[in-house]
Amino acid sequence: MTAAASSAGVLRAPLVVEFPFTRSLGPVQSAFLTGLRERVVLGVRTSDGRVMVPPVEYDPRTAEEIRDLVEVGATGTVTTWAWNGAPRPQQPLATPFAWVLVKLDGADTAILHALDAPGPEAVRSGMRVRVRWAGERTGAITDIACFEPGEGGEEPGAPAQGAAYDGRFGDPVTGIVAEARLDYTYSPGRAQTAYINALSERKTVGERCPSCHKVYVPPRGACPTCGVATTDRVEVGPAGTVTTYCIVNIKAKGLDIEVPYVYAHIALDGAGLALHGRIGGIPYDQVRMGLRVEPVWTEGGRYPDHYRPTGEPDADYDAYKELI
Amino acid sequence: MPRTGPAREVAVVAFAQSDHLRRTDELSEVEMVMPVLHQVLDRTGLKAKEIGFTCSGSSDYLAGRAFSFTMTLDGVGAWPPISESHVEMDGAWALYEAWVKIQTGEADTTLVYAYGKSSPGPVRDVLTRQLDPYYLAPLWPDSVALAALQAQALIDAGETDERALAAIGARSRAAAGANPHAQLSGDAVPQGDYQVAPLRTGDCPPIGDGAAAVILAAGDTARRLCARPAWITGIDHRIEAHGLGLRDLTDSPSTRLAAERAGVFERPVDTAELHAPFSSQEVVLRKALGLGADVLVNPSGGALAANPIMAAGLIRIGEAAARIHSGASDRAVAHATSGPCLQQNLVAVLEGERA
Repeated sequence: MTAAASSAGVLRAPLVVEFPFTRSLGPVQSAFLTGLRERVVLGVRTSDGRVMVPPVEYDPRTAEEIRDLVEVGATGTVTTWAWNGAPRPQQPLATPFAWVLVKLDGADTAILHALDAPGPEAVRSGMRVRVRWAGERTGAITDIACFEPGEGGEEPGAPAQGAAYDGRFGDPVTGIVAEARLDYTYSPGRAQTAYINALSERKTVGERCPSCHKVYVPPRGACPTCGVATTDRVEVGPAGTVTTYCIVNIKAKGLDIEVPYVYAHIALDGAGLALHGRIGGIPYDQVRMGLRVEPVWTEGGRYPDHYRPTGEPDADYDAYKELI
Repeated sequence: MPRTGPAREVAVVAFAQSDHLRRTDELSEVEMVMPVLHQVLDRTGLKAKEIGFTCSGSSDYLAGRAFSFTMTLDGVGAWPPISESHVEMDGAWALYEAWVKIQTGEADTTLVYAYGKSSPGPVRDVLTRQLDPYYLAPLWPDSVALAALQAQALIDAGETDERALAAIGARSRAAAGANPHAQLSGDAVPQGDYQVAPLRTGDCPPIGDGAAAVILAAGDTARRLCARPAWITGIDHRIEAHGLGLRDLTDSPSTRLAAERAGVFERPVDTAELHAPFSSQEVVLRKALGLGADVLVNPSGGALAANPIMAAGLIRIGEAAARIHSGASDRAVAHATSGPCLQQNLVAVLEGERA
């Protein structure tokens, strides 16, 4: 993470959150999305006889399982629309388009998608539109590239609207990968900004609770015990005491550290709670509770790379037992 | 069958909110929330440890911070361990959970808070992640686009027009002139260009950060803590199908049913605080709640003046309660919404005892 200070001294860094969910489909969704791949639009008949497009697995009114698939047209009528003059990055079309709800011929409910039209003057509720199929289709809602104005006739062979459909296709789609990425600009807030700024000078600065006097490292701006702002800044360390530890035997992906190594809770001198860090400069099987350690910084490092023994005698158990 | 009232009397006894701002880069979420928690506690004289149950509403997606609600709990002072819960929803639903907790007899006082920090992320895109992952989310239909489809449906149905929608935004921000916490206020906010037609900038809520908190108390505890408690005489919430194409977007049967169950229609209300982030949604809500011209709607300015997502619904309840507390209202309806195009709606009736 790279951080940049603005003119006001607030730290900012890009934060990318990605959700590559793999989702399985029920039998109705599978038939619908496989149908789109094959340029066929399917609906499902609800218990009161209406045809739902896009279809769902259970009746929205009665919760009955519904499996009665029906083929509907690839043409339909716009029920409402909204002109999107500035498409956002991941939307169906990169040029201005209309969002539309379309009731396909033979359906009783409307499907949301994009309509490629020259401008808002060319769009109105009640207009006739047809599906424009994507060139490459994988079994996803985006197999419909968008709608376009006009009647059908693009497809060879008129669809048998309203006819029952067995929903059987070769190689049915059974799941989708729902990719999503959101880009944030993260700011850490007052207390953590002060902590990060001090680290850049190789100092560890905590904050003391004005009520219970505990020193929080790293500080988050509030004492979780008392529910008040921590305000007094206190430099702690640099040395500290290992309060507890574990031996890591499995190499983490992308981590360039030989196993086994020791990961420890370290109470820096003056701190009211332990932070964690790796212990180096000592064989892993000689690390112990009470070991006195100090931070080791690497060139350009924004935080200590690891902690190593100071050579002092071990701390007495009573000196750190409240911090375990 | 006459409606059965709640078993225990419960009132909003205090309300506090932050100033709602476009950005709060200098504050972490807990740093933004904590002063509001202190204010609402100060208004009752209660300490955090005297609260029977705490419930919050927020969404980690807004600021992109995993488990941010556990960090904001630091602002409460949750040690020794408190009785606590969280909803990934607007704080109005946290208030509902707190109200139920009091009804069960397990608590006499509850602290409810909510916050939203939308400034770090692209909130219009972030909100697409709450949609159906198979048929809607892959198209990234943003929150303004979905509201615009609803607005056009209303225009087509002859229920409103662009001029009437603009007047709703202008009236809201003019009213917010009396609300020091509002993000946008005054007559000078231009209606602006189309965001997604037919909605213009002035028809859409401002994007911003903010927090709010409410304290609920039961019976005599409420009378002790507040000179004129805002009694919640009814509260209910209802949800509609998630498929937009299944719904009549010009109406809100879920709001109407929740209102009926909450007792809105039993006697006239003088004030309504409606959570209508888009001007067009106020048209739908007025119809569903049967509000006449004699009802004061959104004297706070509503969500068109400040819309901290996940807190804006709780703020409607808080604002309605504050008007009962001050004597400006005797019977108010408060409404909160969740999901696209008013998918889910909560309605509460608040009443003050007459002198």
